[in-house]
Amino acid sequence: MATADDIEARILALLTAKVKQDVAVTRDTNIVADTGLDSVSVMDFVLELEDEFDINIPLDRIAEVKTVADLAAAVQDLGGSS
Amino acid sequence: MGIKDRIAAVEATYGRLRALGRDPSRLEFQNVWSPTEATLEGRPMMLFGTNNYLGMTFDPEVLEAGTAATRALGSGTTGSRIANGSYGGHKALEAEITRFYAKQHCIVFSTGYVANVGMITALGGKDDVLLIDADSHASIYDGCKMADAETIRFRHNGPEDLARKLKRLEGHPGDKIIIVEGIYSMLGDTAPLAEFAAVKREAGEGVYLMVDEAHSLGVLGESGRGQCQATHVEDDCDFIVGTFSKSVGTIGGYCVSNLAGFDAIRSFCRPYMFTASMTPGTVSTARAAFRRMAERPELRARLWSNCSALYRGLGDLGFETGPEVSPVVAVKLRAPEIAVALWNRLIDEGVYTNIAIPPATPNALSLLRVSVSAAHTETQIERALNIFASVGAELGIIEPGAGRAERFHVITGGAAAKAGGRTRPAPQGPASAAATT
Repeated sequence: MATADDIEARILALLTAKVKQDVAVTRDTNIVADTGLDSVSVMDFVLELEDEFDINIPLDRIAEVKTVADLAAAVQDLGGSS
Repeated sequence: MGIKDRIAAVEATYGRLRALGRDPSRLEFQNVWSPTEATLEGRPMMLFGTNNYLGMTFDPEVLEAGTAATRALGSGTTGSRIANGSYGGHKALEAEITRFYAKQHCIVFSTGYVANVGMITALGGKDDVLLIDADSHASIYDGCKMADAETIRFRHNGPEDLARKLKRLEGHPGDKIIIVEGIYSMLGDTAPLAEFAAVKREAGEGVYLMVDEAHSLGVLGESGRGQCQATHVEDDCDFIVGTFSKSVGTIGGYCVSNLAGFDAIRSFCRPYMFTASMTPGTVSTARAAFRRMAERPELRARLWSNCSALYRGLGDLGFETGPEVSPVVAVKLRAPEIAVALWNRLIDEGVYTNIAIPPATPNALSLLRVSVSAAHTETQIERALNIFASVGAELGIIEPGAGRAERFHVITGGAAAKAGGRTRPAPQGPASAAATT
């Protein structure tokens, strides 16, 4: 299983590529409030994460996520590896 | 965020729209006198944003059935069928829809929204998994939110993504319910149901397929049953849901299935149990409309010839449209402000369409949703295309076109052009009260 740091780094790389605004994305970035992504774009970003980590991420798990660190914890919890 | 904050946020959004013209949430039609004509702001309007695909709302037999039932049985049922009992019409409508689909069971719901929410909450129990298309209608998302099951979203029209997600669920003990739509309401694209059905079969036992035919009932398939029929996978569609609010021309919804014991769902489906049932008037209207749909297959043929004329006409003018000919023709625009401007100018000129901007749209698209009806005449479509041409050029969305008249002639048969009744719009002309030119 991937380490928490590794998961976080991969999420940060994917999210940085996705965010068009000139904001630095960190583990404390609030994915909705700080990135300029709307709710649908965030859900589409989750589709990319599901491919990246070869996991399914249920919608209710996304609802609980605020920051990149929360998302990394959820991905690790769901068994994200590959 | 409290209610006052949410109200303020909405008012700010609509305020920005109002600053650019009309507020789409506050339009009021003073009169509607046919499936394609109404009065808005005191002026006649051609309706191209109704979902009235077969023009059923003014069919004389449909109107007579609805009014006769209202007079005979009263204006409402004043309760749910579980509490107050069913009327004969409810049972007859269910039996007729069962026969129409050649399935074994049918449950009728009070609206299409309630049909989706009701079926999804009934199917998606604790430990089950709902797998939904990313572009699903709000009623599907809301049903998932209300259900005890987990929800997983797969890429729009992506059977491969669905297959990957089902594979990850191998060994998971609960039911898996795949939910897709026949025609998607924003871009008018159809689902690749044969591919989805193959993925479902491959996934084995305990995997079900539910298809929402809201926009495809009466529109697709040899006898109008929808995309399941058109793609020859009706046996793989375990649950077919639909609405009476589009091709059927009234309000209500249904689900048909061959699942043994399906009727028992009535006893644990809360959106069925705790809403007043369809009124006698809407039940009889729906029954008559299904009958008329079967008697008049030419309506479907006329709808498709109109769809084709409008879709190709808009494409030829240089508008970017949805991926396939459909009763929903999406006109894609570069930015929400451009969509708002085009929508407003079309209304100025007498053409009503629907506007859809983010976050209500997939992939942050800004679009006008133009819906076609069998009741549109060639002349109406030609007039609408002419107005699209002049307003589109005026707003710089399309190039002012040359040779358009010839193309229209080919596309629509050019009834008005032949009669010499069509005037060529000035590409850069100012807003005129040209609703009837």
